[in-house]
Amino acid sequence: MPKSAVTPTRMVLNQLKGRLRTASRGHKLLKDKRDEEMRQFMDIVRRNKLLREKVDKGLSEAFAAMSMASAVMSPEMLEQSLLYARQQTQLDVSHKNIMSVNVPVYHFNSQSPDQNGQLPYGFAQTSGELDDAISRLYAVFEDMLELAQVEKTMQLLAEDIEKTRRRVNALEYVMIPELQENIRYITMKLAENESSTKVRLMKVKEMVLQDAHHYQR
Amino acid sequence: MYKIAVIGSPDTVIGFKALGLDTFPVREAEEAHRIFRSITRPDRSEEYAVIYLEENLAQALKTDIDRFKDSPNPAVILIPGKDGSLGLGQAALQAAVERAVGVNIL
Repeated sequence: MPKSAVTPTRMVLNQLKGRLRTASRGHKLLKDKRDEEMRQFMDIVRRNKLLREKVDKGLSEAFAAMSMASAVMSPEMLEQSLLYARQQTQLDVSHKNIMSVNVPVYHFNSQSPDQNGQLPYGFAQTSGELDDAISRLYAVFEDMLELAQVEKTMQLLAEDIEKTRRRVNALEYVMIPELQENIRYITMKLAENESSTKVRLMKVKEMVLQDAHHYQR
Repeated sequence: MYKIAVIGSPDTVIGFKALGLDTFPVREAEEAHRIFRSITRPDRSEEYAVIYLEENLAQALKTDIDRFKDSPNPAVILIPGKDGSLGLGQAALQAAVERAVGVNIL
């Protein structure tokens, strides 16, 4: 017996068959979507893992160099040389579409007023260690930006995969079996009705014949 | 045009200042919380696309970070602090895998 009350008529049967067709097609499409998303996701996870390790390592080196610099220079001097950054880093965000998930793509552009490298301070009162620390930091920054992009992509994809997976499962284990069950119920009910009608007609015919001709079998 | 924010202890963030990022030196989690809230306010959401957050502040700001997990902007990325990595970045990765696949396959 079906869980929900369905009226066993031919019209409902046709409707249910239509819904089953749509559900099966949707299930197939969503399953394909999930598989492709999963493939992309695994690539991104691998990339993320690599970048994360690289950034962790690069940053700890940069911080070590930084503490060297702060040991050589006085804290006031250090702060002064770094505080008034001459360059502004800005981020350009465009979007990419991965399996209908919009993920950000970052491009950064540093605007340094002059062309002599990345160091935003004068050389007169700063130490070489500081230069080293800053250029290390600069090197790791590119990876950090890519990490940001990859990690965000990963989070957004993970959310969408979760959604798709739930939909696939709902269709596969709830919607489609229920529809099939209902269709079977209606088909059986219709066949039953038909045979009972047939029996009744045969009986009526027999009675009518007997009345008219006193016909005995 | 978007900007990039770095929130962390003063020693950690000072270097990023030289790269031209917006730095927010904080000494305690309470302060970080306030700053994070203020730079992610809806009317300022167009300002920062990436927020780097020092790992040791992540625990205190967990609910705030999770709020932005599913929205494309901003990306909140944990970075190790001066004292080395706590492995929280890796943990975030594993959490995402678990969410997508259902089990942790790494």
